[in-house]
Amino acid sequence: MLTREEAPRLDGDPALPAESARRLYRTMLTARLLDTEAVALQRQGVFPAYVSLRGQEAAQVGSAAAMDARRDFAFPTYREMAVALALGVDMAGYMASHRALWHGGLYDPMAARFAPVNAVVGGPVPHAVGWALGEKLAGRSGCAVSYFGDGASSEGDVHEAMNLAGVMGAPVVFVCQNNQWALSVPNERQIAGGSVAARAAGYGMPGVAVDGDDVAAVYTAVREALERARSGDGPSLVEALTYRAAPHSTSDDTSRYRDPDEERAWAERDPLPRARAALEAAGHADAAFFEQAEAECRAEAERIRDTVSAAPEPPGSDLFAHVYREPTEELARQRRVWQEEVA
Amino acid sequence: MSPTATDTPGAASAPAVPATMREALNRALDEALAEDPATLVFGEDVGRLGGVFRVTEGLQRRHGEHRVFDTPLAEAAIAGMSVGLAMNGWRPVPELQFDGFAYPAMDQIVNQIARMNYRSRGAAPMPVTVRIPSFGGIQAPEHHGESLEAVFAHVPGLKVAAPSDAPDAYRLLLQSVRCDDPVVFLEPKARYWDRSPSPAGAGPVEDAAVGTSRVVRPGRHATLVAWGAMVHRCLQAAEAAAEDGVELEVVDLRWLKPIDAAGLAESVGRTRRAVVVHEAPLTAGLGGEVSALITEGAFSRLAAPVQRVAGFDVVYPAGPLEPQYLPTVDRILFAVQRTFE
Ligand SMILES: Cc1ncc(C[n+]2csc(CCOP(=O)(O)OP(=O)(O)O)c2C)c(N)n1
Ligand SMILES: [Mg+2]
Repeated sequence: MLTREEAPRLDGDPALPAESARRLYRTMLTARLLDTEAVALQRQGVFPAYVSLRGQEAAQVGSAAAMDARRDFAFPTYREMAVALALGVDMAGYMASHRALWHGGLYDPMAARFAPVNAVVGGPVPHAVGWALGEKLAGRSGCAVSYFGDGASSEGDVHEAMNLAGVMGAPVVFVCQNNQWALSVPNERQIAGGSVAARAAGYGMPGVAVDGDDVAAVYTAVREALERARSGDGPSLVEALTYRAAPHSTSDDTSRYRDPDEERAWAERDPLPRARAALEAAGHADAAFFEQAEAECRAEAERIRDTVSAAPEPPGSDLFAHVYREPTEELARQRRVWQEEVA
Repeated sequence: MSPTATDTPGAASAPAVPATMREALNRALDEALAEDPATLVFGEDVGRLGGVFRVTEGLQRRHGEHRVFDTPLAEAAIAGMSVGLAMNGWRPVPELQFDGFAYPAMDQIVNQIARMNYRSRGAAPMPVTVRIPSFGGIQAPEHHGESLEAVFAHVPGLKVAAPSDAPDAYRLLLQSVRCDDPVVFLEPKARYWDRSPSPAGAGPVEDAAVGTSRVVRPGRHATLVAWGAMVHRCLQAAEAAAEDGVELEVVDLRWLKPIDAAGLAESVGRTRRAVVVHEAPLTAGLGGEVSALITEGAFSRLAAPVQRVAGFDVVYPAGPLEPQYLPTVDRILFAVQRTFE
């Protein structure tokens, strides 16, 4: 298991050439700015609610950047906005989920290789194992990446999925973003033994805990895990140690359960200044780069904000859309009732 | 059926039931914890935070961390550990955070909690009350607006309750916790904060005896049957109908298992017409059961087939479509009209 000190660094990792390092930074920055816009949209009443990923940009962008977006497939929860961004998902379509236009989001999950937003904690983890097993059975080389939180690590579905992946040798990487909190419940009351990564041993797979606020460390660990999976050596678990800097959701009130000092202390580990400092230290970027990145990323975040804000609300008839591929007579009858009595 | 209750004399000495359902449920849990040291309250975020809807607010502080506690995020274990606790003399009142997240606990609820009394030939009763913030109406994300009453009501061994207003929520929850059978307690989250006075007033806890319904508005032309937040919707419909001189009776079923068949027959026997209203999808919803009970109990008195107004057979929709999914006052009135055709 890598400790925080042993993890590779953005300024020293040969696997991360300057151009890649700059790209990771820009994706993280766009995610941060878009996240800030999304919180504002909720305040303005455009989004009924929003779940911020603030603080988890390095864990998400670093892990997603290690994927091969042409052949791998990500299985997110409800908080993986920066993974979506890094994988090139249509972000207005992604944000449509938060505007409550459609539960799973309005992007094409199969084309994007990013499954629909999923609000059942732990629920999507077995899906990733199945997808990975499908690749193996078909003799293809894709890998699945399964995202879940420290809270999710307590769910039976997650344990069943990890054991199954171990038994079947499924090419899947379990990425646990341990942001220290599951809503109001801290790690101490969630994870017996203190480590999600340590559990991997029990499922016959390697497990590493990495500094989840160091984008290069996350990138390197997930890349290694993906290489292992791709070469037929089965699943791995990467626990990215990070922090949920924002409330659980816009409906949450952290003052009821966590010390504001803890939130203030987070500023020290904020992955954005850290990535910036690493780029500067390596001589990969200068002031002009950061200025341009700020302007371009902001423009991109604002474009996504404006697009999702302007998206039309679904027509009422969408109630009946996609319930079945082969609609039933009875549902058609109920649609007529809706037409006559509600629409 | 309990009489249309008015404030009972003597109730004056007890503190008044709080105005909102959230507070009333909190009070009921507080009293349940105080009256029986075997009572335990646990679940996700119920301790320190006081629950996402604050129903358990302050209980940990008042009754201690060993009696009111946060569990890890594991619904199957929350439900499953209730079995062992009950077998060891405790009276568990677990919370499952939202309707949709009762599904991961389903195996333990259906295969274990519901059957242990039977399996043990009565040696191991299951005095477990599974509280679940339920139903829709708050434009919440996916899995936060589901109606599971028919699923639970179908399971032998479970009892199912769903209150519609604050005083009755208080009564029903105390009754459920005191009950030696497992009760699935479905709280209409859309009503947690509502302050409108209970149409039926605040009667004694005994009025909530398991399996009794109550008339929340008397009327003579047709009976509306509902539970949870749809009781309020039916009261709105009755109000609208009254303007046209149509007097609708509104029956709050409260207990969805066992169902008050006699109470239904009595009301519909008088009004001769019935409309049952629920949020859950129509097909195989509890409306079918209610309709059958009315038909069996009041067939000769029925002037028209029992009508059902329900959610559509679709996935509970995202925010903007919610008002078109849930039964509307108009749909209820159309259904009433059909009973006169
Ligand atoms: C099965 C299930 N149970 C409960 C919930 C309610 N809930 C939503 S998020 C959450 C906490 C999740 O914590 P964690 O897995 O650490 O992810 P994070 O929110 O920190 O990203 C809870 C309890 C849910 N969505 N799904
Ligand atoms: Mg977490």
